[in-house]
Amino acid sequence: MRWIWIDKFVEFNSGQNAVAIKNVTLAEEHLHDHFPGFPIMPECLMIEAMAQTAGILVGEAKKFQEKVILAKIKKAVFHDYVRPGDTLRLSAKIESIAPEAASTTGTITCDDKLIADIDLMFSHIDQNLAGKEFPKENFVFTDMFKSLLQGAVFQKADK
Amino acid sequence: MRFCSCAPWFSVSQCMEINMAMDREQVLEQVKTVMVDALGVDDDEVKPEATLMGDLGAESIDFLDIVFRLEKAFGIKIAREELFPAETLMNNPEFVSNGKLTAKGVAELKAKMPHTDVSEFAKNPELSKLPDLFTVGMIVNYVESKLKAA
Repeated sequence: MRWIWIDKFVEFNSGQNAVAIKNVTLAEEHLHDHFPGFPIMPECLMIEAMAQTAGILVGEAKKFQEKVILAKIKKAVFHDYVRPGDTLRLSAKIESIAPEAASTTGTITCDDKLIADIDLMFSHIDQNLAGKEFPKENFVFTDMFKSLLQGAVFQKADK
Repeated sequence: MRFCSCAPWFSVSQCMEINMAMDREQVLEQVKTVMVDALGVDDDEVKPEATLMGDLGAESIDFLDIVFRLEKAFGIKIAREELFPAETLMNNPEFVSNGKLTAKGVAELKAKMPHTDVSEFAKNPELSKLPDLFTVGMIVNYVESKLKAA
């Protein structure tokens, strides 16, 4: 099983930007402990959700040929709590992409209220860690991950 | 978009078009901003002689972050191995032997890093000293040469 921290994509412009939705529910067990009587979504999981949104955007830009790994959290600023019942909108944008890596910026909003700014860097590990061997198959982008894109409003970038 | 420090109502690239050349001080100021943002260091730590890895704590992914930010800040295109050629050098047995650069390796380093004075390093070209060549001043030199060529 893999942790999937976004529910679906509602916008996807190949190589440019994407928007994903995450519905937060009290059925997520960790919210019962974080914190008892005061359930809020852990901020580290917001970073994970953004890493998945931006990571799939970066992976798709190279047709899922690269193993895309989160390499650096450039910025993570949180402005408000996220509670059960909230619908998060995760917007990610590719700022730069090179053969070895990509950098993204992103925001998380809930009902037009800014929740977080999260800027990330991803490494294409086969291009980046000379001499280290990785499995041939793309263990990052499993079918489960790619299935998130099914049904997404898929717009090809005009280039 | 980054705005020029000499005329804040212009972006850096607009300002360069008008003035043709940014002076070294202006390039250093922009490079400083890039370093502060990329490495989370204080403004006053970013001196020309500061080494990226030793003094400013940069790791490998930070080099790419710096490359991306410099491209944006100055409106230039940078190939990573052009600014940071050490990796390709270190992985080639022709250039490295026994923890030191060979004569061929030193020649290659000189050719690949025209924006850096490697003469002091060349006297005792230990690989472990190689990171010290990557300084803030080296980046300023590189950006200056790149802007002139543009």
